Amino acid sequence: MKRLERRQARAGLGFVSPWLLGLGLFMLYPVAASLYYSFCEYSVLDRAHPVGLANYADLLRDELFWKSLGNTLFYAGLSVPLGLGLALGLALLLNSGVRGLTIYRTIFFLPALVPMVALAVLWLWIFNGEYGVLNVFLARLHIPAPGWLTDPAWSKPALVLLSMWGTGQAMVIFLASLQDVPVHLYEAADLDGASWWHKIRHVTLPMISPVLLFNGIMGIIGSLQFFAVPYIMTPNGQPARSAYFYAMYLYDNAFLYLKMGYASAMAWILFVLILALTLLSLRLAGRYVHYEAG
Amino acid sequence: MQAKRPLSRAIIHLILIAGSLVFLFPLFWMISTSLKPVEETMLSPPRWIPSVWRFDNYARAVSYGRDVLGYIPFYEYGKNTILLCVLVVTGTVLSNALIAYGFARLQWPGRNLLFGVTLATMMIPFPVLMVPMFVLFRHLGWVGTFRPLWIPAWFGSAFNIFLLRQFFLTIPRELSDAAVVDGCSELQVFRHIIIPLSRPALAVVALFSFLYTWNDFLGPLIYLSDQRMFTLSLGLQFYQSQHGGTEWHLLMAAATIVVLPIIVLFFFTQRTFIQGIALTGIKG
Repeated sequence: MKRLERRQARAGLGFVSPWLLGLGLFMLYPVAASLYYSFCEYSVLDRAHPVGLANYADLLRDELFWKSLGNTLFYAGLSVPLGLGLALGLALLLNSGVRGLTIYRTIFFLPALVPMVALAVLWLWIFNGEYGVLNVFLARLHIPAPGWLTDPAWSKPALVLLSMWGTGQAMVIFLASLQDVPVHLYEAADLDGASWWHKIRHVTLPMISPVLLFNGIMGIIGSLQFFAVPYIMTPNGQPARSAYFYAMYLYDNAFLYLKMGYASAMAWILFVLILALTLLSLRLAGRYVHYEAG
Repeated sequence: MQAKRPLSRAIIHLILIAGSLVFLFPLFWMISTSLKPVEETMLSPPRWIPSVWRFDNYARAVSYGRDVLGYIPFYEYGKNTILLCVLVVTGTVLSNALIAYGFARLQWPGRNLLFGVTLATMMIPFPVLMVPMFVLFRHLGWVGTFRPLWIPAWFGSAFNIFLLRQFFLTIPRELSDAAVVDGCSELQVFRHIIIPLSRPALAVVALFSFLYTWNDFLGPLIYLSDQRMFTLSLGLQFYQSQHGGTEWHLLMAAATIVVLPIIVLFFFTQRTFIQGIALTGIKG
């Protein structure tokens, strides 16, 4: 047995050796270096020199930092719950035993496949103030058309609207979990004379709550790093920095102004924010999320 | 949960059909615009179906400005993107399969600790890694080359290791134990028993890494500066920033070229796709 154990240990380390390198080089080293840089002034062009907490102190006084953080929280606060609601609503409809399930599922999922850059370019055209097709529809309904990407009050809602279109991924995950809810639970509820809403509220939601939590946390993490779409659609966060998001300011600090230390401090604040929101979700969820025994 | 009454079924269909139209419309509009003569993109009320189908918009979009300054070499971008995709997908599948095998099927000291660390790294957002990686690759002289965009893929990634490990754990031990007794090395067990039985999971990893590479914008934006080395995503953004705002028909043709291969791929691999998303969602 001893010989077999040694053999396994050697083979095991052999198999994971690429990851030992990858983990060290592309994960642990960057994390440590990023933390160090966040306490440094560093332009890449010359050496990093430590400045203590100066980056963090400067950030707290930086209006643009707060502006971009506020925009990002606004976007996340709207797009995550609305996206979850839409995805769950569609999944519930699809799970009602309608015919053509696979066709509908394909259609709702397709937009989630569109690459970010193509998505941004396409919606620039749809939101276009002069010839944009969205405003044509609104005019037909006699709704006054807002200047989607030119009015500071509408730029963020426009981006939220666009994010709804790509909600297919969450929908597919919801649908898979809805299909796993045991039929006998619904049958038992039927025997008790439960209404449609009661079944949703007391059977469906508790049974899929772990997936709801998962999709929620993934949504928060993703939306706090919102970058490619606004980088293209609202360059520099125009109009009036109303669509200037956290990751855009971070990118600009790092690669436009070469303030690598400042950017690293921003990255760490983002990391802590993501951790805090995740822990908060888990804590809140502890009360509501139902895990099947076994 | 079944909707039993015919009326509620009809209402559900109605909502789903209306929703489908809303979800399909932007894609329809992209393709319709891409086939229009330029005048028809600026009609009010708009023209839904082009009066003539201008397929040469596509040829013009990919060779835009060939004779003037600011030529955008779209064919090059396609080649660059496919090259990167091949390198990343190969590296991702190979490295993560090997690593996951080490975690799933072999006993060695420190394995569980290392696996815990691996899972924990999934929490780290990309912006934290972005700056030091750039500095590292700059020291190596890799900035401005494709290397930062594909070499890391050959050293594993936490999420794929996790996914494949979970899959490998479900393969019965008796199969590999019997092979070891027969004198197979671990590499042979991996190659002849585990890999053939894991095709669905490997397909998911391959598909998602392909998609990620095809779509990636931030990576190429950071590391590529020579215009001829751009990928399709970065190229499309460059195209838009240079020529956007007027010639929407050509821009939509270019966007369609970036989107269409993904949609075609989806229709050929739909089962893998849907299963993969459900798998990553529930088990992740």
